[in-house]
Amino acid sequence: MDSFLLQILNGLDKGGAYALIALGLTLIFGTLGVVNFAHGALFMLGAFCAVSLQKLLTLSVKVKDESITFFEAYKEVPYLEQWFGQTGTTIIEYSVPLSILFSIPIMLAIGLIMERGLIKHFYKRTHAEQILVTFGLAIVLQEIIKACFGANPIPQTPPEFLTGSANLGAWLGMGDNLVYPWWRLVYLAFAGMLISAVFAFLNYTTFGMVVRAGMQDRETVELLGINIDRRFTIVFGLAAVVTGLAGVMYTPILPPDYHIGMDFLVLSFVVVVVGGMGSLRGAVAAGFLLGILQSFASMNAVKSILPGIDQIIIYLVAVIILLVRPRGLMGRKGVMEA
Amino acid sequence: MTDKPFSKSILTRRSMLKGAAGVTAGAGALLLNGTAPMTFTRDAWAAQFRNDPGNNPTVKFGFNVPQTGPYADEGADELRAYLLAVKHLNGEGDGGMLNTMKPLSLKGNGILGKKVDFVTGDTQTKSDAARASAKRMIEKDGVTMFSGGSSSGVAIAVQSLAQEMGVVFMCGLTHSNDTTGKDRRRYGFRHFFNAYQSGAALGPVLKDEMGTERRAYHLTADYTWGWSQEESIKNTTEGLGWETVNTVKTPVGAGDFSQYITPVLNSGADVLILNHYGKDMVNSLTQAVQFGLRDKQVNGKNFEIVVPLFSRLMAQGAGDNIKGILGSTNWNWTLQDEGSKAFVKSFGQEYGFPPSQAAHTCYVQTLLYANACEMAGTFYPPEVIKALEGFNFDGMGNGPTLYRAEDHQCIKDVLVVRGNANPSSQFDLLEVVQQVPRSQVDFSPTLFGGELGPYEV
Repeated sequence: MDSFLLQILNGLDKGGAYALIALGLTLIFGTLGVVNFAHGALFMLGAFCAVSLQKLLTLSVKVKDESITFFEAYKEVPYLEQWFGQTGTTIIEYSVPLSILFSIPIMLAIGLIMERGLIKHFYKRTHAEQILVTFGLAIVLQEIIKACFGANPIPQTPPEFLTGSANLGAWLGMGDNLVYPWWRLVYLAFAGMLISAVFAFLNYTTFGMVVRAGMQDRETVELLGINIDRRFTIVFGLAAVVTGLAGVMYTPILPPDYHIGMDFLVLSFVVVVVGGMGSLRGAVAAGFLLGILQSFASMNAVKSILPGIDQIIIYLVAVIILLVRPRGLMGRKGVMEA
Repeated sequence: MTDKPFSKSILTRRSMLKGAAGVTAGAGALLLNGTAPMTFTRDAWAAQFRNDPGNNPTVKFGFNVPQTGPYADEGADELRAYLLAVKHLNGEGDGGMLNTMKPLSLKGNGILGKKVDFVTGDTQTKSDAARASAKRMIEKDGVTMFSGGSSSGVAIAVQSLAQEMGVVFMCGLTHSNDTTGKDRRRYGFRHFFNAYQSGAALGPVLKDEMGTERRAYHLTADYTWGWSQEESIKNTTEGLGWETVNTVKTPVGAGDFSQYITPVLNSGADVLILNHYGKDMVNSLTQAVQFGLRDKQVNGKNFEIVVPLFSRLMAQGAGDNIKGILGSTNWNWTLQDEGSKAFVKSFGQEYGFPPSQAAHTCYVQTLLYANACEMAGTFYPPEVIKALEGFNFDGMGNGPTLYRAEDHQCIKDVLVVRGNANPSSQFDLLEVVQQVPRSQVDFSPTLFGGELGPYEV
């Protein structure tokens, strides 16, 4: 039972990341009709917002390391620690939560520049051309990050009080084996809140109502004198923020490197296709579903029957769902269909 | 037309004399054409082998390391060591281990009077990319030797290319038994220790520290090195009386290991053995600690984690999670022998921090190859190989060492280390628990099978 619950938690955790990326991807596809292969790069850029803030907070002065005697070695003491002592150390410790605030304006700006500067020129082009140009953009962004930060993963740590594990078993009266890292629980809660916020924004605000109307019938909304293009541009920016925040919060789980976006991109497209192109609910549902399936496929009992299933389960499920429901779980008729 | 009767075609005195004259003339022509050595002096084989530096004032090496991928940290440090080795070979800097290596044929003026030049490549920690990069170095850049490592899969792949193309490959960091076992090659040489030796070194320490009644769970990188290490450590621990609860293969570069770690919690195991290296090891260890494994008590014992192959770079990446964890390593910068001190001083002065074990093995391999060329008096690979085979040396950081002729494996001391709980400096991350003598980690060259193949290709 413990193993079962742990794998569900693992799946929800992973699914949270898939769902957040797929949500942004679907928002862009649903509003602008663009198949954005640079979306994984937005996740990566979000993660590197956290890295950048950490680097800013730990800007250091070099002090000679007296413990090394046979060559000149220097250790780095952050200015914040020099100037503010323990307060400085605490600020550095909270760099990941602070990155949430830091990344929002940056990701919004990146999203707006990306849409206005490049993507808008490809609205009327074919999906194949959109894929080519956005994939090219992803590679360019990836190489820029590699040139600036190197190829190695850069570890990020959560605040001290969130580094251990929560003994869920003791709380639920189920023994000591049901433990789960605090930060992963925080990530899960954060993903849930962010997804809810996006849905609330689209469902309960006037802006969201207009956007949804535009997604249904763009021409009629424009005939009513509403500048739907501007709203869709903002939606692109919001999708970039959602994906970027997913990246920021994932850094303590997986140290980011320049390739992290590509690792998630392919899976996220599978999630979007399984959920149904253009369906926000489908993207979220498929994200969690595939995350959980991937976790269960990694269980020893499953792998002993089907060795290697953990590596292919997502694609296998995608094939089956597309055979049974060609439009995905919640796909609409007419989306990406000739 | 009728055939001559068989009896007419047998050897006569006349035909015998004609044949002998022909053979003599042919041999003379060959000699005059220069296709065989006329005089047995240095570089007499000059025209016969691939990438012969000939009359060039330089000789070129290829350094093929992972600059991206899960082992990029090691790759970066390997490259630093190669550059330092080239500097020392060319008579620049303080000479490093050239001051301590015994016996030494090098004179500090390059190799056989030629300055050393080099090209670099990125293996991406992928066999196909590594082979492509090595092929480019051999065919386009004309290297006489290439070196590099950090993945046994890559080392084995490029080692077989070295044999096919007749260019010596000096392995960097590769730990699989197969590299000098079933996949050994005449043109491949390994200074680094192997998984069997890790097990042999760790066994007695594990017994002393954890006893003989333990239940072990393995998480293993799913490629040749992981399988090899799992098998060796499993044999060792089962020899101690430990039970193996499960062995689970994980994909290289998995990133998130949570789905592989959570089953450990309920498995009844009280030891987790992480057969991971580089970025994978940093991630899996960090996540195992995050899941509270080190705070657990199972079967009335403290839960322990063992990392059979350790490096200071990994310890750096894993931060505090590494403290108190046992493992083995080829070399550590805190060793106090003259060779280690000379190398650490040179490297530290050059880069501002001490070298890793990956850097050490690559530096030593470059000097050993260069020294073998000097000993052989030629760059002709079969002669260089013969100079390396059975070569006994000292002063390179691991005590007296033998480059075993039968499998091209160095036999030397191995270190058992522990993540330092109270480091004296930012670099003092591993504490040497024991320097295990080479007699304890020696093994038969036939243990893992394999054939070296021919000298001439």
